[in-house]
Amino acid sequence: MPSAKNEITLERISERELVVTRTFNAPPRIVFDAWTRPELVSRWWVPQSRGVVMVSCEADLRAGGSYRYVFKHDEHGTMAFSGKYREVTPHSRLVHTEMFEPTAQGAEEAGAAVVTVTFEERPSGKTHLVSHSLFPSKEVLDTVIATGMEGGMRESMDQLDELVAALR
Amino acid sequence: MIETLAALAEPNRLRILELLRTGSRPVNDIGERLRLRQPQVSKHLRVLKDAGLVDVVPVAQQRVYQLRAQPLRQLHAWLERYRALWDERFAQLDELLEELKAKDEIPEKNHVHKKRRK
Repeated sequence: MPSAKNEITLERISERELVVTRTFNAPPRIVFDAWTRPELVSRWWVPQSRGVVMVSCEADLRAGGSYRYVFKHDEHGTMAFSGKYREVTPHSRLVHTEMFEPTAQGAEEAGAAVVTVTFEERPSGKTHLVSHSLFPSKEVLDTVIATGMEGGMRESMDQLDELVAALR
Repeated sequence: MIETLAALAEPNRLRILELLRTGSRPVNDIGERLRLRQPQVSKHLRVLKDAGLVDVVPVAQQRVYQLRAQPLRQLHAWLERYRALWDERFAQLDELLEELKAKDEIPEKNHVHKKRRK
């Protein structure tokens, strides 16, 4: 077991941008594989405690290739994330579009975000991962946050933690 | 939700809420304690009121502002849920990485040079 917990940061850095960071106790080569290979993605991507199961997970990992992750929620039914890879640099950088399909019946390109994921090597065989999402408009990101699929503001959360602790 | 977040995204408005946590206060009192000019305080209070974060209660000749905790509680619950989602997802990834690392180390221990995917 790792002694120190690797903290996640979630921040909306502008009206259209969202950044998630996290350090992992494995080298970039392994983290990159776990992040991209469908048979591995399907093992961690859905939060198991919330009644969500992965229905299918497909990815053609090359520039111009497509991916589609389909999952099913107890209450909300079948949904999917899909998109196309724009850049695939093994073990260091990944750029892809990302669309959320609330009904798994297809989505409009206009709502696609561009996601850039970097895998930086850190000492002791660790990887610092940065996932940067650029949304087509402020409204799309607002909606995404409001529906709880993406989003979060670490600073606001920390401030809220204090504020709400005192309200209890 | 977005309205609540937007209302909170300003340090002075957050300070006003922190202050109101300790009790309801009139505008001039808020301004004095936070060293803000009254028009500025009024402007912030209007945003907070529109977001449902404060209520105005007339007391004698004064308008007293009080904190409404409900939107904050809702927002907090949502943000916590969201952070927990990523936490859980990444905890699952951590487990998988440990497994992959263990597999990865076997050939090296046996001094076998395994050709790696490039």
